Amino acid sequence: MSLAGRLGRAAPLIAVGLPIAAGLAGMAGPILTAPPGAPRLADWPGLVPSVWLSVRTGVVAGLVSLGLTVLLLAALATGRGLGWLRRMLSPLLALPHAAAALGLAFLIAPSGWVARMLSPWATGWTAPPDALILNDPGGWSLIAGLVAKEVPFLLLMGLAALPQTRAAQAGLLAAALGYGRIWGFLLTVWPAVWPQLRLPMAAVLAYGMTTVDMGRILGPGLPPPLGVQVVVWAMQPDPVWHVPAAEGAALLMALVALVLGVLRLAEALPARAGRALARAGWRGAGAEGALRGLAVAAGGTLGVTMAAAMAGLAVWSVAGPWRFPQAWPQALSLAHWARALPELAEATRATVAIAVLSTAAALALALGWLAAGGGRQGRAMAALVYLPLILPQPVFLPGLQVLALRAGLDGSLLAVAAVHLVFVLPYVILSLAGPWAAWDDRLAMAAAGLGAGPARVFWRLRLPMLLAPLATAAAVGVAVSVAQYLPTLLIGAGRIATLTTEAVALSSGQNRRLIGIWAGVQAVLPAATFALAMALPAAVWRNRRGMRP
Amino acid sequence: MTGLSIEALTIRRGPAPPLVSLSVTIPPGRVLTVMGPSGSGKSTLLAAILGVLPEGFAMTGRVRLDGADLTALPPHRRGIGILFQDDLLFPHLSVGDNLAFALPPALRGAARRAAVETALVEAELPGLADRDPATLSGGQRARVALMRVLLARPRAVLLDEPFSRLDAGLRLRFRAQVLGRLAAAGLPAILVTHDPADAAAAGGPIVDPQGRPLG
Repeated sequence: MSLAGRLGRAAPLIAVGLPIAAGLAGMAGPILTAPPGAPRLADWPGLVPSVWLSVRTGVVAGLVSLGLTVLLLAALATGRGLGWLRRMLSPLLALPHAAAALGLAFLIAPSGWVARMLSPWATGWTAPPDALILNDPGGWSLIAGLVAKEVPFLLLMGLAALPQTRAAQAGLLAAALGYGRIWGFLLTVWPAVWPQLRLPMAAVLAYGMTTVDMGRILGPGLPPPLGVQVVVWAMQPDPVWHVPAAEGAALLMALVALVLGVLRLAEALPARAGRALARAGWRGAGAEGALRGLAVAAGGTLGVTMAAAMAGLAVWSVAGPWRFPQAWPQALSLAHWARALPELAEATRATVAIAVLSTAAALALALGWLAAGGGRQGRAMAALVYLPLILPQPVFLPGLQVLALRAGLDGSLLAVAAVHLVFVLPYVILSLAGPWAAWDDRLAMAAAGLGAGPARVFWRLRLPMLLAPLATAAAVGVAVSVAQYLPTLLIGAGRIATLTTEAVALSSGQNRRLIGIWAGVQAVLPAATFALAMALPAAVWRNRRGMRP
Repeated sequence: MTGLSIEALTIRRGPAPPLVSLSVTIPPGRVLTVMGPSGSGKSTLLAAILGVLPEGFAMTGRVRLDGADLTALPPHRRGIGILFQDDLLFPHLSVGDNLAFALPPALRGAARRAAVETALVEAELPGLADRDPATLSGGQRARVALMRVLLARPRAVLLDEPFSRLDAGLRLRFRAQVLGRLAAAGLPAILVTHDPADAAAAGGPIVDPQGRPLG
C-alpha cells in the first residue's frame, strides 16, 4: 500500500487510540503507586448504593429507550410517518445532553411548568411542594432525561439500518399472511435491524451508566452516580484523591463491560421467544391496537415533552418576576440577556472554535480513512475507531487529565479540541461511511477512462458530489463537540469556559433566568448548524436536479 | 503493431476454472463483440482491460495498446475510454463542464471553450453548455456521454452494454452514431452486449469470455 494510504488508515487510529491509551495508563498509575494512608474507593460509604444507582439508571434507561425505539420503528417503518419522523429527529439529536436535562428539569421541578399548570386548581399548592422530584434518590428523573435523549439516537440508527432489510416488502408479506403491522415488523424485520443497533445500544448503555453532565443535573446527590463521584474526586487539588478516582474509573469500566456482556448473552432470549411465536403462527391480532396506542402515546409524549422543555428554557431566559403557581411570567425582560452577553459571547467563541477545530480535523481524518479503504478494513481496526462511543468518559479522561497536567498541555484550546476529536471522529465516520460507500464507483471508472487520476476524481467528483452528507457529518461533529462536558472541564482545567461547562455549572445554582439563557444558546447552536448543513447543499446545487436527495 | 491486443489473458477467482481466457487482437476501427450470460465474466474482462479489477481476482497475461504494454499502468494512464449502460454524466457539473472534464489540461482558454462548443454541435446540442445534465432527454444524455469519451482522445474504447437502457428507436440511432464515430476515428473497441442485433451491427468477430467464437 502507498504511504498516503497507510497514513490515511493509521491517522484516525492514532488520533483516537493515543488519548485513550494515555488515559487508561493515567488511570492505572495512581492505583499502582497509591501512597499508604491514601483514601481508597472501598472506604467510601456510598460505594454500594452509588454502584447500584449507576447500573440501575443506565440499564433501565437503556432498555426503556430500546423498547420505545422498537415500538416507534415498528409503527412507522412501513408507513408514511417515516419522512416526518426523520425531520423530527435531527433537532432532537442535535440537542446537547445538558440542555435537554436542564429543559426537563425546568418542566418537572417542584416549581416547574407542570406543577404551575396544575396549581393551585388541581393540586391545591400555593407554594412549590417540598418534594424531591428532581435529583430524586431513585434516579427516575435521570432515567427520564436519558430516555428522552437516547430514543432519537437509537431511532435514527434504526432508520439508517432499515433500507438494507427490505422492511416495506417484509411488512407487506407479513400483512398478506394476516400479521398486524407492529407484530409483523417484530417477527420479520427487527431480527435484521438488531445487529446494526448493537453498537448504538452499547453506546447508550455505557453513556447512561456513566453520564456526568446529566447525572449532575438530574441525578441524585447523596450518593451521586459513580461517574459523577469519580469526577468529583478527580477534580480535587490534593492528588491523593486521584487514587479513589482511578479505582472508581476502573470499577466503572468493569461494570460497563459486565452489562454489555450480559446484554450479548441475554439477546438470545427474546430472539428464541420470537422464533417460537413465529412457528406457532400467532398473528398478534389482539395486541396490535394496544401496541399502536402505546407507540403513539410514547412518541407523542416524547415530542411534546422536549418541545415544552425547550420552550421552558426560552421563556425563563426572558422572564421578569414570575411567582409560583402562575403559568406565565408577570413581565418579560431582556435585562438578563444584556447582562450575560459579554460572558456569553466569550464562551460562544470558545465553543465554536473548539467545535470547528475538532470537526475540521475529524472530516479530514475520516475522508483520508475512507479514501484509504478504512471502511473495508478488518473488524478490529473498525472497533478501535468506534471505541470512544462505548468507553465511558469518566474511565479514561481523569487519567488523561493527570498526564496533560504533567505535560503542561492542560488548559489550552488546542488540547481540548484534540480530546473533543476523540469523540467527534467516530460520529463523523459513522455519518459519512454509508454515503461514501453508496457513491457509484463507475463514475470513477468513467473518469479514469477520461484520463482523470485518483486525486482529480476525489476533488472534482467525489467530494462535491458528497457535499450534502459532508455537510451533515460536519453538523453532527459540531453537535457532538458542543455537547461535550467532561473533556472540556477536565482537559480545559477550568480555564476554558464553553456554553456547556457554564450551563452545567449554573445548574447547581438557582438562577433560572441565567440557566435558560446559557442552556438555550447551547441548544440553538447545534440546531442552527444542522439548519445550515441542510441549506448549504440545497443552495449550491439549486440548478442541479440530479443532486437533489 | 497497432490496435488493442489481449495476449493470453486469464482471470480467475479462487481455484475454479478461469472466468476469462482470451487471446485476440482488435485492429484500429474494428469492434470485438463479447457475449455471454450474466456473471459469465464480461464485465470482469472490461475491468481488467481498464485496470480496475476488484480484489479477489487473479489475472495473468497482458494487454497491449498500439504495441505498448498497459498491464502495469494505472487506469487513467491507459488511454482507454468506457461507455456504460448508464450515461454517468457527472450530476453536479453542467453539460459543458462534463465535456470540458475530458479535455486535456494543455488546451486552455478560448480553444478549450471552442472544443466544448464543437462537441456540443456534434452531439446536436448546440449552445447548451450551461444546461443541467438532469434536464436533458435520455438520448441527449447518451450523446453527451459519447462525445465526452471521444474528447479525451482515447486510443481504444470499451462499450459496456451502452445501448441497453435506451428504447428501440433511440437505440438504433445511437448505436449507429457510436459505431460510426469509432470507425471514423479508427479506434479499436470491445462491445459487451446481450443483444445479437448489436453484435451484427458491430460487424466484427463475436466471442464469449472464454474466447470461443459465437458466430
